[in-house]
Amino acid sequence: MLEWIRQLGRSGISQFETLGRANLFLLKTLVGLPGLLRRPGLLVAQLWSVGVLSLLIIVVSGLFVGMVLGLQGYNTLVDFGAEESLGVAVALSIVRELGPVVTALLFAGRAGSALAAEIGLMKATEQLSGMEMMAVDPIHRVIAPRFLAGFISMPLLAAIFSAVGVYGGYFVGVGLLGVDDGAYWSQMQDKVDLFDDILNGVIKSLVFGWVVTWIAVFEGYDAVPTSEGVSRATTRTVVYAALAVLGLDFVLTALMFGD
Amino acid sequence: MKSNKTTELMVGMFIAAGAAALFVLAMRVSNLSSFSAGDTYHLTARFENIGGLKVRSAVTVGGVNVGRVTKIDYDSERFQAVVTLDVENRYNRFPEDTAAAIYTAGLLGEQYVALEPGGSEEVLKDGSQIELTQSALVLEKLVSKFLFEKAAEGEKK
Repeated sequence: MLEWIRQLGRSGISQFETLGRANLFLLKTLVGLPGLLRRPGLLVAQLWSVGVLSLLIIVVSGLFVGMVLGLQGYNTLVDFGAEESLGVAVALSIVRELGPVVTALLFAGRAGSALAAEIGLMKATEQLSGMEMMAVDPIHRVIAPRFLAGFISMPLLAAIFSAVGVYGGYFVGVGLLGVDDGAYWSQMQDKVDLFDDILNGVIKSLVFGWVVTWIAVFEGYDAVPTSEGVSRATTRTVVYAALAVLGLDFVLTALMFGD
Repeated sequence: MKSNKTTELMVGMFIAAGAAALFVLAMRVSNLSSFSAGDTYHLTARFENIGGLKVRSAVTVGGVNVGRVTKIDYDSERFQAVVTLDVENRYNRFPEDTAAAIYTAGLLGEQYVALEPGGSEEVLKDGSQIELTQSALVLEKLVSKFLFEKAAEGEKK
């Protein structure tokens, strides 16, 4: 019994230690960000691997999510003779929820896991220690550009996802199912508010980008430097990032739209 | 990794595409494009009952959108709702005896203010008040009136 309680305490302490390490790590990363001004090349290279290479999956998923919403929304709305509101239904669900959330989940799977594996392997092959030996701070040189690249890429990807999704819904609703072209856009413009809906979606994607990238680079940096440790870090990145995104999404939605 | 120039080019295109997507969302999807850019002038109208009229509801003439509701107040001395309408400056030739009515777009749609021009020579100026108004139709009142009349018919027989 006593042993069991001690184990509970030990795991609790280690959880708190990890949390503390993660926060100190974030602080060091943020301190390292201004140094990037002198070496923008590092950031550009990361924007390429984190942002540009995620583009394909984001565009394709956005298109299909929009098309499915168009189809489902039409089938539901046509029962009430309200298929003209399809544009509103598609735009609001994508801009407020699906755009930021699905992008963040895909981003965690596509870019987050890659970041964690890359940094974890760097640690396992002692590249990070090598940098320290040469008096190069690996947090400034390796972590900071990756963190900033994730934070910049995520809102851009979410915006692309939303825009493509709205056009996917347009393609199915107007192109295939025969909703009126003008009604689709005018009802949408009437009901979607720039600040209440679109800006809040952008804020969500900024928060998700921050959290997902933070989890990814921390898990990679904190990985046990073995092949098993790296594989665990990658798995944990995707799982924790997905849980964090969905949990935070509820909190943010309650704060933004809950009144 | 590709050569440095290609990388920079692609990253630049990525950032431009993201910014363009945000621009599309702002201009094409949201209501930003329906904010009138031009100058406006104010008109006020008093209603007994405004129903579900809200700030930013549309103001139309003959179905054409000419402005928005910018303020809704209650006059506790005359027990009336005071609605301020913002009408675009290029529509500044409404006769003084223009009437304002609150209608509903569709069965369950939003409510809006419809202006109906009269025949007077004088035109409404900034700050003028529209004298002829017609309140919003409240469905419950209509139903109860209908039932009351039905009942009255029944008693006569």
